[in-house]
Amino acid sequence: MMEKTLKGIPVSDGIAIGPAFCYIPAELTIPVCAAGTVDEEMARFDTARERARIELQSLFEAIEKRASKEEAAIFEAHQEMLSDPALEGKVRAGVEIGQTAEQALVKAIEELSDLLVGMDNELFAARALDVKDVGRRVLRILLRLPDTALSTVTEPSIIIAEDMSPSDTASLDPKLTLGFITSQGGLTSHSAILARTLGLPAIVGMGNGLLEKVSSGLPIVMDGRTGEMILEPDDETIARYKQIKAQRESHLLSLKTAAKKETHTSNGRRVEVAANIGEALSAREAMEHGAEGIGLLRTEFLYLEDTQPPSEEKQYHIYREIFEVMSGRPVIVRTLDIGGDKPPSYLPFPDEMNPFLGWRAIRISLDEPELFKTQLRAILRAAVGHHARIMFPMVSDLDELRRAREIVEAVKRDLELASVEFAADVPVGIMVETPAAAMLVDVLAEVSDFFSLGTNDLTQYTMAVDRGNAKVSGLFQPLHPAVLRLIRQTIDAGHAKGKWVGMCGELAGMTKAIPILLGFGLDEFSMNPRAIPEAKNLIGKLTDEKARDIAGQAMSFGTAAEIETYMKGVLALL
Amino acid sequence: MAEATIQVKNKVGLHARPAALFVQTANKFQSKIKVKNLTATGDLVDAKSIIMVLTLGVMKDHEVLIQTDGIDADLALDALKSLIENNFSEA
Repeated sequence: MMEKTLKGIPVSDGIAIGPAFCYIPAELTIPVCAAGTVDEEMARFDTARERARIELQSLFEAIEKRASKEEAAIFEAHQEMLSDPALEGKVRAGVEIGQTAEQALVKAIEELSDLLVGMDNELFAARALDVKDVGRRVLRILLRLPDTALSTVTEPSIIIAEDMSPSDTASLDPKLTLGFITSQGGLTSHSAILARTLGLPAIVGMGNGLLEKVSSGLPIVMDGRTGEMILEPDDETIARYKQIKAQRESHLLSLKTAAKKETHTSNGRRVEVAANIGEALSAREAMEHGAEGIGLLRTEFLYLEDTQPPSEEKQYHIYREIFEVMSGRPVIVRTLDIGGDKPPSYLPFPDEMNPFLGWRAIRISLDEPELFKTQLRAILRAAVGHHARIMFPMVSDLDELRRAREIVEAVKRDLELASVEFAADVPVGIMVETPAAAMLVDVLAEVSDFFSLGTNDLTQYTMAVDRGNAKVSGLFQPLHPAVLRLIRQTIDAGHAKGKWVGMCGELAGMTKAIPILLGFGLDEFSMNPRAIPEAKNLIGKLTDEKARDIAGQAMSFGTAAEIETYMKGVLALL
Repeated sequence: MAEATIQVKNKVGLHARPAALFVQTANKFQSKIKVKNLTATGDLVDAKSIIMVLTLGVMKDHEVLIQTDGIDADLALDALKSLIENNFSEA
């Protein structure tokens, strides 16, 4: 026995240890055989439809219980399609010219789904997939194949499959499923999304040949955080993962207790502590660590994973998933923030001497309005019933912000005209990450609903230093008095105009900076999820008065080194 | 035979829940019921078929023509008209 490790794309967190169950869905090939009489074939079709109705009803009930009515509604719609007279009519027409029920059904489903596929409105066109799914279900029953081979799982197992359809994922028995691993799929595939909603560890994209390397019953360890799958683990490996799993579970439990509480300073001022996330699967992690919202959702991951920009539907589903995981807490979605340092292949990037001073972020969005509008449409649609905000990166000028807001309004008008449901009242704000924006907060406040300080870029642009250049990176000092003055000015000017000011840069999660920022009156601290518990704890220990004193002292120093030394002393006494 | 032209005013048009309600209501009657989207090009389709109703692509502010034919033609037309006029009872 030799232990062997394979690696895929981690899409849903968690560790599972158990036997593999190889899931190979039956191929639905139609046997060549003579058709019965019209009545016989129609009777077979009717019986199959009846069976399908029962299956769909139990799927509907199961998903309603485990996820939500919204997730389950799809199976209700499938039931309606099952009894569609147009479907019945087409099948009958086929049977009457001598086809078997199977042949007639395949043809009917193809014709009906083709009618929908060609429609201009994406919402209507997407229903073609449902027609096909219903057709496959009835066909499978006609061929007398079981619902899915998944129903033959008898002991808790890790499911290994080529790919998982929504119906497959939905029909997993939570008591018997430890996790799943597939050869196909990506972070944003439907099954990955559902795995996260159900809290199942999942790894996808293992590549072809997965099912040849694994057989049912083979012991496996899977790590949904790293994407590692260990075949035939030895006792030592199993013991190690059991320990990690136990630690993780007790850690999550203690975090959960702390996470339920809202953050207040010790004199009772409410302060939001939120998370910065850059992919869909971190939303759950953020919640587990007690995030009271998402202060920064980076959307670049959607744009850099493919050779073409993400479709509106794909973005809609990912945003919706994140909003749902955050269940009513605020989520600030930052629009596309890329530049020449990491160019996607589908944008015409010029050769730039200084990509960080070049064509990037909002500048690209304004020059590529279609790309920008697609993202705005997806956000506005997904925001229905949720607490979302839109934030533009790297604004340095009032006119830029006005133009961007005009595009938001144009997108809303288009959605209205197309009768597409969207949230009309989503606040729109900016990141303050250029010294220009920090100096202009009072002016920008006329068209910005809120501000969020991005300290990494603000430090880089204020200090004129590239943090990636080892020769000068020592000057990258977010606690530098010059940066702190801009931060204080931003908060004061924002508050003077009655605006909310948060921070989503790394500084917001640093204990040595939190007392100063609290003293400045910052409304929200958004950080890496793992830094949240400690930040909440620290804020709870301070009064606003105490924080103001600390901030005042800190601002009396002339260098970052002096401020750091002072803050070390402050923290030691807290 | 009875017929009427009505403007659809609800937010999503004849899609999702409203489309299902429309088809379910049509199926309560014996009459043959057909519907056509006057705002877009296309034919009259069977109002009792969810798939065919979806193919009409009826969105907010589109006008539809409904034709009913049979012993309960008037009742069916009234029921479908009031369903649309009341915006499928959505708030």
